[in-house]
Amino acid sequence: MPPRLILDSARFSITIRRLCFQLIENHDNFSNSVLIGLQPRGILLARCIREELNKLTGNNIAYGELDTTFFRDDFRMKALVPNTTQMECPIENRNVILIDDVLFTGRSVRAAMDALQQFGRPNHVELLVLVNRRFSRHVPVQPDYVGLTVDALFSEKVIVQWAGDMNTAAITLTSAESNDRS
Amino acid sequence: MIGVKHLLGIKYLSREDIDLILHTADTFLDVINRPIKKVPTLRDLTIVNLFFENSTRTRLSFELAEKRLSADVINFAASSSSISKGETLIDTVNNILAMKVDMVVMRHPKPGAPHFLSERVNARIINAGDGAHEHPTQALLDAYSIRRKLGEVSGKKVLIVGDILHSRVALSNIFCLQKLGAEVMVCGPPTLIPKYIEQLNVKVETDLRKALNWCDVANMLRIQLERQDIKYFPSLREYTMLYGLNRNLLESLNKELVIMHPGPINRGVEITSDVAVSNHSIILDQVENGVAVRMAVLYLIANRQED
Repeated sequence: MPPRLILDSARFSITIRRLCFQLIENHDNFSNSVLIGLQPRGILLARCIREELNKLTGNNIAYGELDTTFFRDDFRMKALVPNTTQMECPIENRNVILIDDVLFTGRSVRAAMDALQQFGRPNHVELLVLVNRRFSRHVPVQPDYVGLTVDALFSEKVIVQWAGDMNTAAITLTSAESNDRS
Repeated sequence: MIGVKHLLGIKYLSREDIDLILHTADTFLDVINRPIKKVPTLRDLTIVNLFFENSTRTRLSFELAEKRLSADVINFAASSSSISKGETLIDTVNNILAMKVDMVVMRHPKPGAPHFLSERVNARIINAGDGAHEHPTQALLDAYSIRRKLGEVSGKKVLIVGDILHSRVALSNIFCLQKLGAEVMVCGPPTLIPKYIEQLNVKVETDLRKALNWCDVANMLRIQLERQDIKYFPSLREYTMLYGLNRNLLESLNKELVIMHPGPINRGVEITSDVAVSNHSIILDQVENGVAVRMAVLYLIANRQED
């Protein structure tokens, strides 16, 4: 079956803006909040949301990029190459917003929660995802902010196509092997 | 994925394997500089450090790397073992593996001992030095230290000074640096330079000043008196006069030079104390980088899928 477009670039930028306004509702001026993108694919979304929020609030919002490779539970099953972790600020007693592109089995987010402990004890942790694939969770993880909810077969793959530019972004659904990295 | 099942020597690694190890070491260097210096990656593995020869730095560095990856670690020193009662290497290792050990880090005075073991036991083997043959993790951490200090290894001129004949560090460094695109020169008394070393595409110089003028990095090796069964030079004093690096010589060169030493240092022989602690020296960086590189090696070898 050919790939099916489920979110085009026009709706993509509307979705990003909507997520930003939802964040502003809960985090006000972000003085005690930190945005953390999950490597490798969540960081593009996180950078984009940070840029948008900085424009909307006029603040320079605290930001980090977290690699979860060493905390994953499937590392012995396949060769995983680690990415960089960059945490510009401490997260002790701060409100953390974890950002990833697709929430599928929930294992990445579980690993991220473990990885986060290395940098302190956050006050509160929330999860923002661009795509929430329902009914496919392996662990009890649910998002707080969702761009798009998708019900798809386990064998289907949700592909977020973009290089950080919303004008060329699209989300498609393809029949492929399971995407168990998300 | 790394191309080898065991780390027996640099000779068996490809350029891509070395790049992967150095790239992975970057992330581990970040880990060991965090407030919590530990990740749970190897929590399900047990690793034995099998040392048939004395070691301080390498054994501690491996043990620290293993603990920071959350592996269970057991240490074995030949001097306090049943080796002295006549047990063979394979029997010793198989007995240890029967206790459900997954990986073996081994140092042995005989060249080829880890290769021999890797063909006969069911565990991943990491060579921590085999006689005068190879010391792959030292070469990797040396290359990593050069890369961190100078940006890249490719195109750099690296000089190795001292007892090349008995040095496993020299051989592994030559293989590693050449695979990464560096030029290598060795310098020392002619009696301590192997006869056919030119076949490795290495420059040879017996005048230390000329050699230092040529290089970007100088790796000063220790004279391995414990491996020398005959006299290779008249006296240590004479060796120091001709091949020791002191402040006067360093300052007279009037150039930026990176000084390395794999340790242990014999202060006042191959290098004076003031040079060892000078701004040119990255000797302690090498030790820190060693833990990150060994974490990378353990991580990549442990995670390699079976063929």
